[in-house]
Amino acid sequence: MASITLNNLVKKYGDGFPAVNDISIDIADGEFIILVGPSGCGKSTLLRMIVGLEDITDGDLLINGERVNEKAPRDRNLAMVFQNYALYPHLTVYENIAFPLRLAKGKHSEDEVNRLVTDAASTLELTEHLQRKPANLSGGQRQRVAMGRAIVRQADAFLFDEPLSNLDAKLRGQMRSEISQMQRRLGITSVYVTHDQTEAMTLGDRVAVLKKGELQQIASPRELYEQPVNLFVAGFIGSPSMNFLPATIEGNTLHTSLGDLEIPASKAEKAAGRKVVLVGLRPEFFEDAKLVEDHKHANGTTFTATLTHTEWLGNEQYGYINFDPAPEMRDVLNSLAREMDADELRPQIVVTLDAASRIRGGREAEIWLDTRKLHLFDAESGENLTRDAEAGAQLTREANEERAEEIATAQQADEERGSGTGEQTTSGRPAATVQAGAPRSSGATAAGGKHTAG
Amino acid sequence: MTNSSTKNKVLWAIVTVLVLLYALFPVASILATSFKAPSDLTSGTFLPTSGQATTSNYEQILVGNAQGLFLSALRNSIGISLIATFIAVVLATLCAYAIARLDFPGKGLVLTTALAVSIFPVISIVTPLFNLWRTIGLYDTWLGLIIPYLSLTLPISIWTLAAFFRQIPWELEQAAQVDGATSWQAFRKAIVPLAAPGVFTTAIIAFFIAWNDFVYGISLTSTETARPVPAALAFFTGASQFEAPTGAISAAAIIVTIPVVLLVLLFQRQIVSGLTSGAVKG
Repeated sequence: MASITLNNLVKKYGDGFPAVNDISIDIADGEFIILVGPSGCGKSTLLRMIVGLEDITDGDLLINGERVNEKAPRDRNLAMVFQNYALYPHLTVYENIAFPLRLAKGKHSEDEVNRLVTDAASTLELTEHLQRKPANLSGGQRQRVAMGRAIVRQADAFLFDEPLSNLDAKLRGQMRSEISQMQRRLGITSVYVTHDQTEAMTLGDRVAVLKKGELQQIASPRELYEQPVNLFVAGFIGSPSMNFLPATIEGNTLHTSLGDLEIPASKAEKAAGRKVVLVGLRPEFFEDAKLVEDHKHANGTTFTATLTHTEWLGNEQYGYINFDPAPEMRDVLNSLAREMDADELRPQIVVTLDAASRIRGGREAEIWLDTRKLHLFDAESGENLTRDAEAGAQLTREANEERAEEIATAQQADEERGSGTGEQTTSGRPAATVQAGAPRSSGATAAGGKHTAG
Repeated sequence: MTNSSTKNKVLWAIVTVLVLLYALFPVASILATSFKAPSDLTSGTFLPTSGQATTSNYEQILVGNAQGLFLSALRNSIGISLIATFIAVVLATLCAYAIARLDFPGKGLVLTTALAVSIFPVISIVTPLFNLWRTIGLYDTWLGLIIPYLSLTLPISIWTLAAFFRQIPWELEQAAQVDGATSWQAFRKAIVPLAAPGVFTTAIIAFFIAWNDFVYGISLTSTETARPVPAALAFFTGASQFEAPTGAISAAAIIVTIPVVLLVLLFQRQIVSGLTSGAVKG
């Protein structure tokens, strides 16, 4: 159980290149933080600085208020799950999980080791594999052994370095929900590095978006999605990603390559004084105009466009519209694509249409656009002009409250299960499982502290 | 399909047999010679003339008049080679680990020096070494051979082990450190067990180099206190000055081959086993 504080952390390599540049994050006790960003953004480096595998060039790293910059990894009492599992191939699953306990010489009797390992194994459904070697396990099983090695210790926090990226898609989904449930049950502070959208959005209490070693925004997934702070965050979060459409603004009208779009006055006035802006439109803001109910029509505006092609996915379909921006805007769009690890494709708008829509590629169609949620970005600085900070903060507060509730429920369910199966399970769990902690937020105080199960 | 694979198999079998013949014929010839009586040596046949096969050569070197010369040499050879191998492997393990893991100035220099030493012709340093050893009292001692043997075994050990350590995923060590190990514990508990096949392979190579050396053995020793087998063989004499000691030498050669064969048989599993599989997603 620990809070982790990052104060202006800087990591510079020998050539002076700052891989991590002035990052400050307060991680509350029990909070699940995701570090996300394109490759090379410094997210793994940051994680390795927390765990102690990379030196900190500048700034302070505090665990429970204590500065640990100079401490060796083994003295920080953190557990880490590596991307490629890093299991000890010469040891059995049992010995792999027991490894951290055996290193803490004299702390655990043989019986205790046995009990802790067996419990961790049963939590992760590894009991029948305990005597096997890692080489004989499947990817998912290896992943669980790596997790077992982390949970068997009563570590202050868990650090995950892209733990699921080596698994196939189906297993990834399963392990994702397992990690999420386990974290809630243990209520343990976790930092999780990923480049996967879904993992970032579903697991995190808060998500920190990094670009080139700099923290762009840290907020709840919903706040990131609905109130991104700049172009980069807006484009990085969400899949398919947000469309950016260059536009010149005139009163409440945006002149774009899709045609003229009327936008609400409240949005337009935020961009007052600027001539050129980038309009951020999520694919789901669009709809086949024929399928929009009448009372909703007024919330948006309609335009005609020719789709190049559509992709029908069953529950919805994607349509693609090409457009031709002015040369200087094309550069802006290209550099944005580069920042996000994408290729410089021809400018394209992706729209999500109802699965029932009969719009097909090559024909002109009427498309409705919900203008209430669109964002306007400064074309040069990338700053989000229409961001509503208060609404965003509210979303993060709500998310935190929900999360606190979920943890409490998960732990209550755990207690009930514990008392149901009797003495053995409750006494057998590592202490961490019966220690409750909830993420703190500005509104809700943590329901932290210890309460013994059973 | 079946046809071509059968054809392939036959081809491979033929090639294998040829290679085996090429490699094993000299050994078989020496083996046959070691059982020949002195009078039979020049008979020109491969096998000893029937009825004349004899173990007198073995008796001569093990219990007969050459016993003192051979057994003490065998003892020297085993002792010196084992010690030289052990020191070389321990030093090379630490050195190779540092080379594979750490970025320190002079890393390239260490590797190049090692390479330079290993290609340096032995014969050119034997004479100066002979003078030096005589002056400082290392001449004709075990240590006097162990040190030059290290110069032969260390470079190759460092190179092989460094290559081996590079293959071991670094995460293992980091995982161990996060799990609470000191650097030394991480090395000993996570890296050394994985490096074991590499260490065994290196040890065997190093042992062979020391075991087979002749030039140092004959130049830096003068008596039975330190003379190794390859040098001792040169001092074998026949029963009379008119008899060549070929039979005795063959017998000794067969005997000194035995430890080498044993070593390989003993450690072949460690050498072959791919212990690292399963450590990380391959």
